[in-house]
Amino acid sequence: MRYIEHDTVVRRMNGRMVVNTIFKSLFLLATLAALMALVILMYQIVTQGISHLSFSFLTNFASRFPDQAGIKAALIGSIWLMAVVAPTSIILGVGSALYLEEYAKQNRITTFIRMNISNLAGVPSIVFGLLGLTIFVRALALGNSILAAGFTMSLLILPVIIVASQEAIRSVPGELRDASYGMGATKWQTITKIILPAAIPGILTGSILALSRAIGETAPLIVIGVPVIIQFLPAGVMDTFTALPMQIYDWSSRPQPEFQQVAAAGIIVLMVVLLLMNSVAVIIRNKFEKRY
Amino acid sequence: MSTSHVLDQKSKTAGYEADGSLASAANSVYETKQLNLWYGANHALKNIELDIKENEVTAIIGPSGCGKSTYLKTLNRMVELVPSVKTSGQILYRGRNIFDGDYGVEELRTRVGMVFQKPNPFPKSIYDNIAYGPRIHGIKNKKILDEIVEKSLRGAAIWDEVKDRLTENAYSISGGQQQRICIARALAIEPDVILMDEPTSALDPISTLKIEELVQELKKDYSIIIVTHNMQQAARISDRTAFFLNGEVIEYDKTDTIFSNPTDKRTEDYISGRFG
Repeated sequence: MRYIEHDTVVRRMNGRMVVNTIFKSLFLLATLAALMALVILMYQIVTQGISHLSFSFLTNFASRFPDQAGIKAALIGSIWLMAVVAPTSIILGVGSALYLEEYAKQNRITTFIRMNISNLAGVPSIVFGLLGLTIFVRALALGNSILAAGFTMSLLILPVIIVASQEAIRSVPGELRDASYGMGATKWQTITKIILPAAIPGILTGSILALSRAIGETAPLIVIGVPVIIQFLPAGVMDTFTALPMQIYDWSSRPQPEFQQVAAAGIIVLMVVLLLMNSVAVIIRNKFEKRY
Repeated sequence: MSTSHVLDQKSKTAGYEADGSLASAANSVYETKQLNLWYGANHALKNIELDIKENEVTAIIGPSGCGKSTYLKTLNRMVELVPSVKTSGQILYRGRNIFDGDYGVEELRTRVGMVFQKPNPFPKSIYDNIAYGPRIHGIKNKKILDEIVEKSLRGAAIWDEVKDRLTENAYSISGGQQQRICIARALAIEPDVILMDEPTSALDPISTLKIEELVQELKKDYSIIIVTHNMQQAARISDRTAFFLNGEVIEYDKTDTIFSNPTDKRTEDYISGRFG
């Protein structure tokens, strides 16, 4: 006796195809909804801000008068901030990931540490701001300097970089490690010559995406007490500064309607910076991608 | 023994005779004494006693899960990469216990090369694959590296096939060629012993034949220990065969004896294909 009757299969086929189509349409709708939100947002910002966007907008300092307001201090400040955040967070993050994946014994303590790092990635940024205020601004007396803000931002994105680097390191095939250790290589030689070259695309992609989160964060900067109206450029990491999202936040909370346009222009600048950073991530990924 | 050894290694026996520890084992490379190994609570190797002779091919056969690969990986302590491994007993390599606290695994693995089941070249050029071992042991001179690469590729009988494409990625060649690249890579550290863990199980019959011929060639200069699932292969290429079952050595003798006149009923059953 046969368990699968061909006729029954044919009879039920229509119903199966209908369900298939329903779900396909639902998921398409979900994608379109997300896309629509993005398009509306972009349209609004570009139509509002494009009129104010000019070369002098990039080279002027902030001003009381909307038509003279520029983003120079914030743009340069954000670049300074990244110059502190990128090395600090990547060195600490990749170092922690290498320790957890390659050196640490796999026991309850490391499992606990790993779980907590993943949890840290979900802690609201304002909490990291309070932490930065307590440790860097007050206890270490760094004030509202680039260094204090940079360290705070580094802490904020560190969990993301660690998790991304761990994934990248874990995806390096075990056979390559075996081959290296089998020839008498030390752990450090295996890491520098085999594991890191294979994991670097994943590590850099994750790090750059984390950095683009840091460049757009506002809450920690507000808590630290980063000022908004600044008429000079920082000369070093101990100077105070302002950053793109702070400047945008300030403009958008002003009563004059003209400042809304200035804020929109600022958002366009921020988005171009983000787009540039993400493009670098894509280029790196394509360039270093290796097959096994 | 060639005089062109570039790595500063002790010659095959001279270094250890001075302390007299080699007296009992004139031509044993490895002497295994009361070796036990546990993966957590799983007793994987039980009281292994095995002497491995110099310049011979020693085959290790047995059904899956019998501990033959585990034993092979214990010989260069690669087994310790698995967490929760515990061992007791001794393995003397050239008279020195490899489990001694002052015996570095890196030093041991420089003397004992390994070829794995699946070809595992690095995602680098063929040249860089072969030069990897010498480089990590400190050789930087380009001329010496060139010589080692050519000598190793010739030793693995693949020089003629790849000499014009040394800069190509090692993944661009066939699986059988990749495995011979891996053998060449193991030869490049000028080892004394080569461990082979089912080196032909992922290869086609022609590549398998090439590797088997190569093993015959290599035993003139190296002692080879090979784990294999293929009993015909063991019969064809080995001088001695050890039969493992459930973590124990059931029988260990000259290959001819094992295959024509085994002492133990279980060995006979296994080689005649009644189980495993």
